[in-house]
Parts: sequence; structure tokens; C-alpha cells
Amino acid sequence: MSRSAFTRRMIAAGLASAAALPMMQSAFAQAGASAPVTIGFITTLSTPAGYIGEDIRAGFQLALTDGKLGGVPVNLAIEDDALKPANAKQAADRLIQSGVKLFTGVNFSNVLAAVVPGVLESGGYYVSLNPGPSSFAGERCHRNYFVASYQNDAFHEAAGLAANRLGYKRVALLAPNYQAGRDALEGFKRTFKGEIAGEIYTKLDQTDFSVELARVRSLAPEAIYQFHPGGAGINFAKQYANAGLGKSVPMLIPAFSMDAHMVGATGDAADGIYASALWTPEATTPASKAFVEAFRKAYSRTPTMYAQQAYDTANLIGSALKAVNGDVGKQDEFRKALRAAQFTAVRGKFSFGPNQHPVQDYYLTKFEKRPSGEIVQTMVRKIAEDYGDAYAAQCKLN
Amino acid sequence: MILFVEQALNGLQYGSMLFLLASGLTLIFGIMGVINLTHGAFYMVGAYSAAFAVLSTGSFLVGIAAALIGAGLYAVLVEVAVVQWLYRRDHLYQVLATLGLILFTNEAVSMIFGRRPPLMDIPPFLQGSVPLLPGLDYPLMRVGFIVTGALVAIGLWALVNHTRVGMLIRAGADDREMVDALGVDIRRLYTLVFGLGGALCGLAGVMAAPLLAIEIGMGERVLITTFVVIVVGGVGSVRGALVGALLVGMVDSLGRAYIPQLLQLSLPASTADTLGAGLVSASIYLLMAIVLLVRPNGLLPARG
Repeated sequence: MSRSAFTRRMIAAGLASAAALPMMQSAFAQAGASAPVTIGFITTLSTPAGYIGEDIRAGFQLALTDGKLGGVPVNLAIEDDALKPANAKQAADRLIQSGVKLFTGVNFSNVLAAVVPGVLESGGYYVSLNPGPSSFAGERCHRNYFVASYQNDAFHEAAGLAANRLGYKRVALLAPNYQAGRDALEGFKRTFKGEIAGEIYTKLDQTDFSVELARVRSLAPEAIYQFHPGGAGINFAKQYANAGLGKSVPMLIPAFSMDAHMVGATGDAADGIYASALWTPEATTPASKAFVEAFRKAYSRTPTMYAQQAYDTANLIGSALKAVNGDVGKQDEFRKALRAAQFTAVRGKFSFGPNQHPVQDYYLTKFEKRPSGEIVQTMVRKIAEDYGDAYAAQCKLN
Repeated sequence: MILFVEQALNGLQYGSMLFLLASGLTLIFGIMGVINLTHGAFYMVGAYSAAFAVLSTGSFLVGIAAALIGAGLYAVLVEVAVVQWLYRRDHLYQVLATLGLILFTNEAVSMIFGRRPPLMDIPPFLQGSVPLLPGLDYPLMRVGFIVTGALVAIGLWALVNHTRVGMLIRAGADDREMVDALGVDIRRLYTLVFGLGGALCGLAGVMAAPLLAIEIGMGERVLITTFVVIVVGGVGSVRGALVGALLVGMVDSLGRAYIPQLLQLSLPASTADTLGAGLVSASIYLLMAIVLLVRPNGLLPARG
């Protein structure tokens, strides 16, 4: 490298760190009483999954009024992790060093696993707005770690209960061959009472499912339960309909295998799919209607469940910030206020179990085509009331 | 038996998809010696071009044209703007540059088309299934895929073996310095081959689009398998790409269909599941390893 190029680079590096200074100063300044509370908001904004991060950010920001959460001014330090645990860890460490105590935003379990330990060791708080991996729900639960969304297995367990309620006796299961896929099928089997016609594991990077669909046809189950997140979920649903299975063998999925965003790319193939869910944009509670309307007005699109989870999490944090008047340093009061969960959740009933994971209601929903051609996720019935998770008993917090 | 035929058809269909991708890649690798990681991105560009053409015109044929032109032009652009300058460089430079182009293409596509995967429906004339055998209804879309693969194979065979361009391509794969020394404008041939490879990717993209999510990064998922195909088939040879694609397609599909069931016959269920899933994921790499052990240059390499 030539000398001048090297000098230029040094100058650029200098400029970059100078630009970062105001952010750090504002973080330091939060020791003062009226200064805004900085919330470390690490999420996935790039990569194909970036739409989830965008919805999470949009949902969280929607809960802010004039930059205030629960009447306390807040400052969101938003960082993109590009779905890489290492990036997220770096961003978290940087924010921790600049004095940030309160974190949220992460959207994937593997990223969460990289962020949470550092935050907790520094005496900070982490409030999860989407993943709730089993690893932090049982023995390794922590008094400063809250999950405001759901424990990961709960949707699968709820789907098992839904299959019982729908009267299915023989169900075939499909999931990608990795930890979350295996957890999904285990969760389903934990509550499903009927017979498992077969368990089919797909490859993680698989895009074509013709082979598995032929297997499903030969097994002739009454229904299938499948978990394929993201693009694979769209592929699966489209090919399932194309193979003519959609009409004869009903498909049951967990909510995150088909969100409002994916329905658009799946088209009519989504018609008739059942999903276990906490909430859909079609929910008729006043809080939900107000949220959907406000979100559509602000962003001209229908919110996904990710936006709703982020909105609820923001309001939970707001309720706790209000209780301590923005002083996160009052550790016991802040923790107590978070645990009390005094806020109106869009999804309906909400409280924390002993491991600071939610206890809430789960619903069976169905994707249905309206006469207008639009496909909506309608509520069918409640399938589990005040439902916690299987790991709470292993958590010794108190 | 019916099930086996169906699974073999699935393998054939996967094979034709791989062939569309691998034939271009093998020519680029064989003739120019360039490791082109951007190849998967051409496939994505083709799928996006097709989806938006279909959305605005409603015609699948326009979609096919848009995919061929879009992906072909993008490939030519990549060759002229970037790859051309790296022919004399080491493979590492080419890998770095084309890896950078993947990132660039992904971001560019998400800026132009947005992150929401566009919807492309199956065209009316390919909807539904056809009864191929009593008790075997096979989706027409997948039949269409197999037919397309076969037509392209015949077309490429005619192009490579019976035209002047094809003669130059064969000569280029064999000894490019000699072709250059004989006064052929090898630069133009390179650009042409890149464009052809891109257009074939575009064709794969438009055929796959109705069955898949058209999303950012869809190309990277097929890229590695495509490289496996050309390594198995032998670098630089279209015949090799065809044989490699069919082999890999069959091994992958039949492996996914039967390995877990076969293991369940002899092992306890939990062991069989874990082992089976692992073996299924590894099957095409095992195939590659075996082929390389027996024939280090692949099954039908261009340079004997």
C-alpha cells in the first residue's frame, strides 16, 4: 500500500471515530436525571431476513410518542447485525462500554445467544422481543433477562394441541435438520396425542421439496405439521399446493412459518393453511385494532407478528421506565416493574411466569381467501389459555 | 414402484435445473479459467426480471424473454466491467471480485425491487397435473422443467458440435492460447460465452420462479451444488455438465427419498434419523469424492 493511501485511510478512520463520538457522549450523559435513556437495539436489517428487522424497528418506534416511552425520553441506538452473531456481539460490547444498560431488538436465537451473556454480565437488562430459546428459559434463566414474546417451543406445543382439537389422529411431521427444526418437532410431539405417521427431516438449504411431498403422499396422513422459516416456508407452501396435496391433506404450521409478508409471495397456495399463533392482524380486540390502524397509517403496510411483538415489548419497557422515572440504576424497582408487566398488550392477556417468560393465550388461526382475492389470517378459536412453557420449572430465580 | 418412478422423475427435474445452471458455469470455468461465483446471482436476476415482467404484462412468455435478456445482459455487463480485467490474475483475485459482485448484486436487487419476495404464479398452461402412469399424476410445471432441460441439452449439443461458435468454444476449452494465436478475437468469444451462461441461468430462474420464493440470496443456495456438478462432470464440457447434473440430481433426490427409510430397517429409530439426515446432506459430496478418487478430472472432462 502506498504511503498516501495509508494516510488517507488513517484520516478516514479518524473521521469515522469522530462521527461516533456524539453517540457515545449521549450514552454517557444518561447518568443525568432528565437525559434520555439509551436502549441498545441490535436487530437484523440487511440480508433477506431484513424485512423482519424493519418491522421490528417500525413496531417499536410506533410505541414511542415524541421520542418518549412511558413518559421517559429514550434514545434508540439501532445497530444492524446482518444475521451474524459476531457482528451483534461487537455492537453489544461497544454499547455496553459506552454505558448502555438496556437492550432489546435481536430477532434470531443464535444471535441472541451471542448478545445476552455479555449484557447480563455487565449488569444490564435484556428484554427479548422475539426469540425465546430453551437454553435461557430453564436452569440458565437470569433475573435481568425477560422474554416478552414467547418461549420458542410454545408455538409448536400449541400446534400439537390444535391438532388434537382439530381431531387429527395421524400426522406427518417435516422440519429442516438443525436444532430449531428438531426442537419444533419435539415441541409438537410433547402435546400431540395421536399417531406420528412419519418424521421427515429436510436439508437446511433445500429449495425443492418434491421428494418429501411424494413421501407425504405415500404416507397418507390426515394432516401434516411443518416448520420451514423464511423462503423455504414459501417454497414449501407453493409446492405443496402445486402437488395437489393442499386440498386433500391439511397443513398446520407455527405462526412464524407464514407471516403477512410471506403470504404475499405465496399467493393462493396459502389458502387453507392452519397456524398456531398469539395474534393476527385480524384480531378484534380494541388494542389490536388501534395498533393495526396506527401501523398502516404510519407505514402503509400491514404489520407482521414481529411488529406486534416489538410494539408490545416497547410498551412493557415503557411501563417499567415510568415506574422508576427513567432511572434504570434503581435495579430492584426496575426489575419489579418489568416483572409486573403493567401494560396493555396488543395480543391480549399477558403476564410473566417464574422464569420471566410469558404466560399467555394461544390461538388456532387459518389463512383464508376473501372474495376480494386478499388472503387474511383469521382467528378460529383459542387453543390454550394462560399457557407458560415446559422449562419454567427448572428455573430457580427466587 | 409408482413411488420410485415419481422420485426418479423428481431427480430428473432437479437434474435439469442443475444442468441449466452448470452448463454455463462449466464453459466459463473451462474456457476462461475463471471461477465465477456470480453465477448464482445471474439466476436470481433472471427470476426477478421474469417476476416483474409477468407482474406488469401477465404473460409468461414475456417473462421468459425478460429472464433471458435480463440475466444475459447482466452477465455481459459483469464480464465487460469486472471479470475481463482479471483473466490474467490468480484465481484468488477472481474469487474475491466475484464474491464482491454477489454482495453488490444482492444489495442492488433489494434496492431496486425491495425485500418483499415478488409473487409469480404458475402460468395457466402449466397448472395442474398430468397422468403419466396409472396412479401417477405428475405436476405439469415439473414436466415442463424436464422438457426445457432436454431442449436446452439438444440445443447446446447442436451449438457446440455443429456451429462455428461451438467450434471456437471447444477449441477455447482445449487450448485458448492457440485459438488466440490463430487470430480469433477471443475477447468477444469470452463475452459471448458469459452472456450465454447468464441467459441459461435466467432460463433456470424463470422456470424455478413459480415453484420457489424469489428472494435475495436464492442464487448462493444453488451455487455450491452447481460447482459439485461441474467437478463431477469434468470442467469445461457440456456433456460432462449433463451427466454430472443428472447424477447429482438423482443421487440427491433418491438419497432424500430412500436413505432414511433404508436405515430405519436396520437401526433403532433415533439413530437412523440422525444418521440418515446426515448422510442425506452429505450424499452429493460423497458422490463427488468417489468420482474424484476414480477419475480425478471428472467423468467427461473437456481436456482428456
